[in-house]
Amino acid sequence: MDYKDYYETLGLKRTATQDEIKSTYRKLARKFHPDVNHEKGAEDKFKALGEAYEVLKDPEKRAAYDQLGANWQEGQNFRPPPEWDSGFEYSGAGAGAADEGAYSDFFENLFGRARAAGAGGQQRSRQEFHATGQDHHAKITIDLRDAFEGATRSISLRSPEVDASGHVQLKERTIKVKIPKGITQGQHIRLAGQGNPGVGRGQAGDLYLEIYFHEDPVFSVDGRDVYFDLPIAPWEAALGAKVKAPTPTGVVGLTVPKSAHTGQKLRLKGRGIPGKPAGDLYAVLQIVLPPAKTDKDRAFYEQMEREMDFNPRAKLGVK
Amino acid sequence: MENRSSEALPGEVIEMVTLTQLCQSCGVQTDWVVELVNEGVLEPQGPDPKRWQFSAVSITRVRVAWHLQRDLGVNQAGIALALNLLEEREALRQQLQRFGRSVPGSIVDADGF
Repeated sequence: MDYKDYYETLGLKRTATQDEIKSTYRKLARKFHPDVNHEKGAEDKFKALGEAYEVLKDPEKRAAYDQLGANWQEGQNFRPPPEWDSGFEYSGAGAGAADEGAYSDFFENLFGRARAAGAGGQQRSRQEFHATGQDHHAKITIDLRDAFEGATRSISLRSPEVDASGHVQLKERTIKVKIPKGITQGQHIRLAGQGNPGVGRGQAGDLYLEIYFHEDPVFSVDGRDVYFDLPIAPWEAALGAKVKAPTPTGVVGLTVPKSAHTGQKLRLKGRGIPGKPAGDLYAVLQIVLPPAKTDKDRAFYEQMEREMDFNPRAKLGVK
Repeated sequence: MENRSSEALPGEVIEMVTLTQLCQSCGVQTDWVVELVNEGVLEPQGPDPKRWQFSAVSITRVRVAWHLQRDLGVNQAGIALALNLLEEREALRQQLQRFGRSVPGSIVDADGF
């Protein structure tokens, strides 16, 4: 297994005081908390911070960790010396059940025993015990099109389970889910009985899936309303035009009004994500300038310059 | 558990949940959610806790609120503030995304005269 440099994780010297460890952890935890920081890697960093803090905040665990020596490098292949922790006793039970399986092999090997023994003890209890399994929450990312048409998607779920010897392991399973038409970002789908298994004769918990959309290169979504940019030529904007526009489910004809301007929104009522009520689809106009590539193109622009009374900077008071 | 995976499961879209369902689903205590309501973090419909109905978005809010308290030690007032700011940030991010897409910006050095 790989050695974990918990001081490096927190960016601290080995001589750091308990107060420094606490305040540094808190500062970094706020920065990398996955509900606050949605950048890639934030969740892994947050877990690593939690593991480092779990050890360093506890003077007993920290002392045991420190006596492994300061010469190890992060990621170096590591095997604990025999009876490495003799003389140390851990009074803390470690992290709560919800976080089981979140720690590295390194942590589990050195500090995980107390927890495993505790969990196993519960399992071996002879008293009959029934309880409903915990509900499980997961995110599922779908295409915008799926919200318009409905879809079937497979998802992989990892949930911690306690095996016969009392060790917590992450078990992976795949389920297929029907995504109903009209679903939108932030909504939840409940799958009864697909959460964590119950204990004894207790029922399994439910699985809640929170819906997210993949980023779409063309469309963006606000509730059930859908927006996209529609490029138009200057003469289409000035004179009005009938143009073709994409929608998540096919092409539609649109009338651009006379004197249209950039940023103007054309609404197609009820053509957003289906539902009660259905959302609207908005084409946001973007006037695109034709490049003056040929002599003829330039002649056109020169003619406009001569013949049109137009100052684009009138509002700025300059010409 | 393997036999679960063979056919597609119909999902039930959640519109509203009761206080009991909300607490069970998120694994939190009823009193704690009532405090969130008092703090204005959640706005259920209905005259009293027994008949409260929460919008499905409340599930996300309660879960984030719980993580903030458990992981960062944020209190209820802090949770209310953090959730507002997080949602405001998300709305701005989406606006920026819409806006940023429409203005493909490239920088060219201009000759001043």
